[in-house]
Amino acid sequence: MLKTLAALANAIRRESLAAIYAAGSGHPGGSLSSADLLAYLWVKELRWHSGNPGDFERDRFVLSKGHACPALYAAVAEVGLIPHRMLLTLRKLGSPLQGHPHVLDTPWVETSTGSLGQGFSAAIGMALGLRYKGSPARVYVMLGDGELQEGEVWEGAMCAGHYKLDNLCGIVDYNKMQSDDLNENIMGLEPLRAKWEAFRWHVIEINGHDFEEMSAAFAEARRTKEKPTIIIAHTVKGKGVSFMEGSPLWHGSVKLRDEELVQALRDLGTPEDEIVRYLDGTI
Amino acid sequence: MVQSDKKVTTDKTNKSGPALIGTSGDSLREAFGKVLVNLAERYPNFVVFDADIAGGTGTHHFRKAYPERFFQFGIAEQNMMAVAGGFASTGVVPFVTTFAVFCLRALEQARLSIAYPRRNVKIVASHPGLDVGPDGASAQALEDIAAYRAIPGMVVVSPADPLEVEQATEAILNYEGPVYMRTGRSPARRIVGPDYRFELGKGRIVHEGSDVTIVVCGVEVARALDAAQQLAQEGISARVVNMSTIKPIDTELLVRCAKEIGCFVTAEDHNIYGGLGSAVAEALAQTNPCPIEFVGVRDVFGESGEPDELAEKYELTGPSIAAAAKRVMERKRRG
Repeated sequence: MLKTLAALANAIRRESLAAIYAAGSGHPGGSLSSADLLAYLWVKELRWHSGNPGDFERDRFVLSKGHACPALYAAVAEVGLIPHRMLLTLRKLGSPLQGHPHVLDTPWVETSTGSLGQGFSAAIGMALGLRYKGSPARVYVMLGDGELQEGEVWEGAMCAGHYKLDNLCGIVDYNKMQSDDLNENIMGLEPLRAKWEAFRWHVIEINGHDFEEMSAAFAEARRTKEKPTIIIAHTVKGKGVSFMEGSPLWHGSVKLRDEELVQALRDLGTPEDEIVRYLDGTI
Repeated sequence: MVQSDKKVTTDKTNKSGPALIGTSGDSLREAFGKVLVNLAERYPNFVVFDADIAGGTGTHHFRKAYPERFFQFGIAEQNMMAVAGGFASTGVVPFVTTFAVFCLRALEQARLSIAYPRRNVKIVASHPGLDVGPDGASAQALEDIAAYRAIPGMVVVSPADPLEVEQATEAILNYEGPVYMRTGRSPARRIVGPDYRFELGKGRIVHEGSDVTIVVCGVEVARALDAAQQLAQEGISARVVNMSTIKPIDTELLVRCAKEIGCFVTAEDHNIYGGLGSAVAEALAQTNPCPIEFVGVRDVFGESGEPDELAEKYELTGPSIAAAAKRVMERKRRG
């Protein structure tokens, strides 16, 4: 039975943290802020029905903020496209789950990311190429807010606007926080909506933890013609975990201690017997 | 905000404008642009990417002939490079074209979005080296071969004359994987005859000799032939190898030359660090070590001037190669 979206997003959060815990490093903050969006995308929005990652007509999803890949891997596992047990190999030698997504190693990863801005451009290339080949497939690309400081993003934004790529939908995981501090204290992004509009994009702002708003926004993006759409999703960094919420300390690659994983899993409503199994890696 | 609905279009080809500087029917970039047009029918599966510099890279010929296969990215090379990686994932081969210096600018995009995923993208760079001339050091890429050679899996090619550019362009199109190819700005001399066959990964002996081997690429091939002629008058027999594929380098041919002759000069319009000379030295050091002299730009930036003047000043000409040949023969003689 398919879990509800909320339950699925919760599972993505638990599994992301368990994978980061097992790896001994990884970025929890942005994985947690994007979990609801990833749940919605993989369950409701992306068309991958053939189940074949080589199907030319599949929708493409690019995680341009590649550091949030624990959440992507967990989402893809949750919908049954990669085995769950693979998640605990994250960042380990020989694992198909690299510390940042790599297209040659992981099914459903469409391009290699981890250097901010590049996944966005590659997604634009996919959208342009799919249109050139007459394919109806759509391309979705998730960007971080700190990522928007890369000049390449605005080169790409100008390009997608110029080419009127209505088969492209961007999502900004706007958790307002980056590696060292708030965006606003590092390099301010506002007015963000006006920036995207100025680059000829259709802009929709939503609460990135509200599935009904996501549903309306993605439907609107599909209906929008002659323009690419950007969904600015307002999110909370570290969402769902009390001590991570709103703290940039948990953005970067961190080692999760036992007690931190336990507390995080409790915050996510995990039953105590399962917490034990998350700790010893038997889940 | 006022926006005009009127679309302004220009077609430079139908207008008389200022005379274009430095273009020549015989430059490598022109040869590249024209061969793309010739290959287009037989290879319907490639497209051409440009960053507002088609008149400089030669791709304006393709733009005119196949506008629907020509994509403009504006002056935004980093985006263009990574877009090419994504575009290639749909099974179409992009030729990404710009100046060599801007390929340096987009180096990390070539690394992560093209080479790491092994995308079938052909990066073709015009205006390499001091051959750029009057635009000066900002545009004279002396580091591109070194930089692209260091990217895992990247094939690096630098053809010497228009015919070789034509053959190399088709060869890299038939090769599945990422390639970096240098063309050139200045008029280029014909070097190879009509029976020449470029083969990816193979060097070619373009002048036979037995006293010294001169290994060269790009514009330096013509200058090495000048050197061979000068050396012949002095009773020295120089073999000239056109090493148009720099990576993977033709170790087999280098070993053969090492065994038959035993001393080398390399010459390139590039920094002496990291380019062709380094590639030759790496190959020989592991197989048949022997004396090598390196002709190239000696770790300095260039400046404005005509290509021939710059070649003279930075010692890339035939006489400089000939002098290096004599030095290396002397080193070999002294053991």
